[in-house]
Amino acid sequence: MQSGLERATGEKMVLNFGPQHPATHGTLRIVLELDGESILKATPHAGYLHTGFEKLGEHLDYNQYIVVTDRMNYLSPLSNNFGYVLAVEQLLGIEVPKRCQYIRLLMAELSRVADHLLWLGTAALDLGAFSVFLYSFREREKLYSIFEKTTGARLTTSYTRVGGVLRDLYQGCEADVRQFITDFPKALRETHTLLTRNRIWMDRTKGVGPISGEDAINYGLTGPCLRATGVAHDLRKAEPYSSYDEVTFDVPVGTNGDAYDRYLVRMEEMIQSCGIIAQVLDNMPDGPVNSENNKVMLPNKEDAYGHIEGLIHHFKVIMDGHGVEVPKGDHYCATESPNGELGFYIVSDGSGTGYRIRIRPPSFLNFQALPHMLEGGMVSDTVAVLGSLNVIAGELDR
Amino acid sequence: MNEEKAVEEQSKPLVLEKLEAAHADALLAQDEVRGTAVVVVRKERAYAVLEYLKTDPELAYTYLVDVTAVDNSRMESELMQFDYARFMVVYQLYSYQGQCRVRVKVPVHENDLSIPSATGLWRAANWLERETYDMFGIHFEGHPDLRRILMPDDFEGYPLRKDYPLRGRGERERFNFDKQNV
Repeated sequence: MQSGLERATGEKMVLNFGPQHPATHGTLRIVLELDGESILKATPHAGYLHTGFEKLGEHLDYNQYIVVTDRMNYLSPLSNNFGYVLAVEQLLGIEVPKRCQYIRLLMAELSRVADHLLWLGTAALDLGAFSVFLYSFREREKLYSIFEKTTGARLTTSYTRVGGVLRDLYQGCEADVRQFITDFPKALRETHTLLTRNRIWMDRTKGVGPISGEDAINYGLTGPCLRATGVAHDLRKAEPYSSYDEVTFDVPVGTNGDAYDRYLVRMEEMIQSCGIIAQVLDNMPDGPVNSENNKVMLPNKEDAYGHIEGLIHHFKVIMDGHGVEVPKGDHYCATESPNGELGFYIVSDGSGTGYRIRIRPPSFLNFQALPHMLEGGMVSDTVAVLGSLNVIAGELDR
Repeated sequence: MNEEKAVEEQSKPLVLEKLEAAHADALLAQDEVRGTAVVVVRKERAYAVLEYLKTDPELAYTYLVDVTAVDNSRMESELMQFDYARFMVVYQLYSYQGQCRVRVKVPVHENDLSIPSATGLWRAANWLERETYDMFGIHFEGHPDLRRILMPDDFEGYPLRKDYPLRGRGERERFNFDKQNV
């Protein structure tokens, strides 16, 4: 078979894809140079959703900034909340109680499933599979009900705090989550029957947008996009944070690094996440949820109103210019978010506000590799490849 | 097993030992912070050190995690430490082979903002360096396509510098929706 480049005859046409195209899922833009239907050159442009999150980090205190992290990868805000407070806690040198670690782990895995479900629905919708979109949103709705009951919000969760979480799980949460992980694998099998051996789906995704493991590492790809190339790297295994070393799970990998493998990897990751969730629920420890460290966590209301120490602690944590005082230094902390390595590099000057907060977003580097996957392919593959990367503009541009 | 671990923890990370042997004159400081090796490298030798970290078979830092910068102009203690270099360019590297990280910092003076580009070593560096240029005005020499990436092309100033105000310099008020960016 001739490659797209070999078919080229030399007459170029420039096609602007985005920034407001239904299949870009957010405002990003690709300028495609075409010869007929073959892509000669693809130039991705970012920045349409730039909101200055990193600059804001230098003006908000450490707990206020959690609200900003919701808006990064808005498909899985709980993972961002988690990754951010973990970085601050490691810089502070505090460890949260076991129950808190387990609750965070539970929420991170549930949001991984929610993220992959939205990706699945929209990626399939882009390629014309409408039913999958409805099936995956039906399941995602159940998760969002759980998030809503736990955090009080569906999207702007802001659930974690430096040293703990907003509140303990609601009563009946375990039953709801158990119900979900019992029903979900069955529902996912329905999707498998719709897509995995579907002739059209395979034609549109198999061998489309491939990248080798070596190139993927060179481009800094992480998450499902990296694992689809066969590199079995998962930060939950490589650098187990929180309590990930206490649960067992497999790291699914692909072989060809194409859109189809990225699909399969994400599908299996959802099943693995359900396994982790079951283990977390089985071993959920009792005890305090939040850190006892009064310099970091707000005291409970009885203490704040009834004891002078409690009131002082409350004042110190809340008041401008006091806040959570993080020792001087810098720290880089990475977590495995649904899209890949989400890193926070925090520089502290010893005050209650970060001196510099750098976010290392997975989407930014995944999107950069897009031309490598597109060039030489066909114009209709753009949607398939872009969909398979799951680029989230909020995180891409910050 | 535990004894072995204890011995390992006391000794220096491999990367620091090897850098000390191969590039001692390039190092301005070295440390191990929370399990991550941190080195501060002279700007003239930065590329050589990065290349060594990537290509040495024992180290093999093949994955460039992040490139960014810090404007130290409001942090007197940091300024003093490295000869009043205003910016610190920070590279985070990861080795799949050794499963470990290293942070390379390069002080950059305000009167000479150029630094060799790492795009020849990692393709990931392309956009990361563009973002650092966009936000701080660090000039990466040898970069194939050093343009702004997040801010508009005609934007003036570098938003993440400490002297750039949070609410901007009136760009929002001056923005003309009819004429600009057509």
